[in-house]
Amino acid sequence: MKTYWRTGEPCVWGTGAALAATLLIAFILIIVVMINGLGVFWPAPLEELHLKDGSTLLGERIQREPVHDGEGFRRQYKIANRDLYGLDFRWIDESNIVDVRYPDEAIVLEREEHGDFFGYLKSLDTVDLVFAADIDLYQSLLASHRKVSEMREAVEQVDDEISKLSYKLEKVRRNLIKAEYQGLAKNNPKVLELKRNQAILQDDFKHLVEKQNQNVAAMRVHKAVFADTNGQEQQIILADMVRIYQPNQMGLLGKSWFYAGKLKELILGQPRESNTEGGLFPAIFGTVMLIFVMSLFSFPLGVIAAIYLREYAREGMIVRLVRIAVNNLAGIPSIVYGIFGLGFFVYGVGGAIDQMFYPEILPTPTFGTGGILWASLTLALLTVPVVIVATEGALGAIPREIREGSLALGATKFQTLMRILLPMSSPGIMTGLILAMARAAGEVAPLMITGVVKLAPALPIDGNFPFLHLDRKFMHLGFHIFDIGFQSPNVEAAKPMVFVTTLLLVLIVLTMSSIAIHLRNKMKKRYTFGTF
Amino acid sequence: MSEIATIKVTDPVIEVENLDFYYSGSKALHGINLGFPRKHVTALIGPSGCGKSTLLRCFNRMNDLIDNIDVQGHVLLNGNDIYTSSTDVIELRRRVGMVFQKSNPFPKSIYENVIFGLRIAGVKNKSVLDETVERSLKGAALWEEVKDRLNESALSLSGGQMQRLCIARAIAVNPEIILMDEPCSALDPKSTARVEELIGELRENYTIIIVTHNMQQAGRVSDYTAFLYEGFLVEFGLTEKMFMKPRKKQTEDYITGRFG
Repeated sequence: MKTYWRTGEPCVWGTGAALAATLLIAFILIIVVMINGLGVFWPAPLEELHLKDGSTLLGERIQREPVHDGEGFRRQYKIANRDLYGLDFRWIDESNIVDVRYPDEAIVLEREEHGDFFGYLKSLDTVDLVFAADIDLYQSLLASHRKVSEMREAVEQVDDEISKLSYKLEKVRRNLIKAEYQGLAKNNPKVLELKRNQAILQDDFKHLVEKQNQNVAAMRVHKAVFADTNGQEQQIILADMVRIYQPNQMGLLGKSWFYAGKLKELILGQPRESNTEGGLFPAIFGTVMLIFVMSLFSFPLGVIAAIYLREYAREGMIVRLVRIAVNNLAGIPSIVYGIFGLGFFVYGVGGAIDQMFYPEILPTPTFGTGGILWASLTLALLTVPVVIVATEGALGAIPREIREGSLALGATKFQTLMRILLPMSSPGIMTGLILAMARAAGEVAPLMITGVVKLAPALPIDGNFPFLHLDRKFMHLGFHIFDIGFQSPNVEAAKPMVFVTTLLLVLIVLTMSSIAIHLRNKMKKRYTFGTF
Repeated sequence: MSEIATIKVTDPVIEVENLDFYYSGSKALHGINLGFPRKHVTALIGPSGCGKSTLLRCFNRMNDLIDNIDVQGHVLLNGNDIYTSSTDVIELRRRVGMVFQKSNPFPKSIYENVIFGLRIAGVKNKSVLDETVERSLKGAALWEEVKDRLNESALSLSGGQMQRLCIARAIAVNPEIILMDEPCSALDPKSTARVEELIGELRENYTIIIVTHNMQQAGRVSDYTAFLYEGFLVEFGLTEKMFMKPRKKQTEDYITGRFG
């Protein structure tokens, strides 16, 4: 037995088991997220249940579990029609079910508001939109909906114009306030010019809004009448419908097509229904941009600091203290960074910028409030120790002979650094950046007080000059998960979206680090030694 | 220590006068006085820790990289002291090349390795660079082996080829002197023979100072030999004479392998 211990075999088993346990936990996490996330958009069949008390119910089965104190099972159904019933979900005891049918003509409507509608199409009230006579009712509903969608596109275009115009108006308004602040007289030619400009813009704005109101009114004329499973009728405006489908009639191909469409909406679309439906584009954009801007700050700062620490600073008490401090920085709770970011960047630096460059519109803050720039800087501060430690390690791993070889040829220290040391340590530096990016992508707490919002009105990059608006607030996938998962008024309905968002966040981190790892491997091939 | 058995060299390229060297207070070289003859090979021999590498690294001021050192005395290169505050160390290192114990090619192409010294000096003329690469690689007896793959990574070469590449890199900047710090200690016998042969060819144009542990090697390649022991210069003279008939007992013991 003693010799068995001495061989180290138990240790090998122990290390193997530890690795297996870690992998297993990570694997289970991914699997749970994937199972719950990937299935969300697959259209489920609509079941029509006939219950013992004679009532019927149309819904989508969500889950099945044993009854707590009793026998048999109960099922949870999503019955939708929130505006009719007040709640979306219902538990049914299996013992109460008399019959289950899958009616072909059952329709699911995805709506802009009030969640889905499950029911049957009764009649169409669309003014001359399609010739309903030669096609059946459902087909003409679809055709009409397509026409309405085209009208909606036109409306959205005008919306864009309106937002551009209001951006211009806001600028003129600011300039006027600025002129007033600078003490220009009311009859100053500059002020008069601005006023004239403002009048023209306001006129345009009024016209556009009128036109838009007409457009919207014309679009909202078209309606259809539906009935729920108990025959209760309801009129629904076509413009409020996002998608119309009959899940019980869909084949595999139809379902796949539907799935692809939903995925596209998820990635490219805007959120609806307080973020529990629709797309995640602003949040994806915000997350990626945040990580990108963060890297832009933390990467050069960390690398340069590490170069000084390793190559130029004289080893001694102070350098050792600095190194300990840097290592400890990585252990500070992220919320503390958030508070520091709020106090230093937002109120301190941002406030000073406002005082200097935008005093005229104070107390309305421009940079003195949370924004993507401040959030990025806060995260950069949080991740800079990771970059420093990695860079120092990479520089330290370069053999002394290489440095001496370069210096012996008459290179200065700086030339050696630029031509030999930095290229050779680039794979190690990349590793640091990957770790930093992964850490930043996972942080939510510091963002919540430095600029993330539930719903941002505009992206930090858009078509309005100067195109990049680093002062704007932004959306973030991590915050999105927290918000819809725990702050949403209808948590049950938001649950699928939580999993989808989580999956997406994991995928984004995975993609970004894969790219970085690929780059690192390329560098490694170029710059490292084979066997001597 | 008794008096030093040494000979006077006429027209030395490097002259060492009363050189003392300290590593953070402890004395590593004691009053070295030595002249290195021009365009000859001089071997520095002695047991481990006798200070021969330290002495070698004084000639291109490589010891400057170490913290807490102190140098006293003079090292004259063509009559000019290289340990003054006005010495241009970069210029000095260009005139005094160095080949290390462990071959240290940069992770770049063979071509870029050879012209590294010119690149950092700011030479951009392509024809000059091409010419230098060919001349240096021929000078290091490597041209025939690598002329078709100059753009491949230097790390793909064998150990012996790498060491010759480092020699080519050193002679590319046209130094007067080449310092070699046990250049063959990590090579197999065949590669060692090639490098020794090369040293024989290089003595036509360069002054070479070589540190070696290998008595046979010192005997084969050098014209002059200096024997150091515990930081003192014990004996300096023509290699042939010193190996045949050492004047000091210590030298004889070392050469015949009684210690070291």
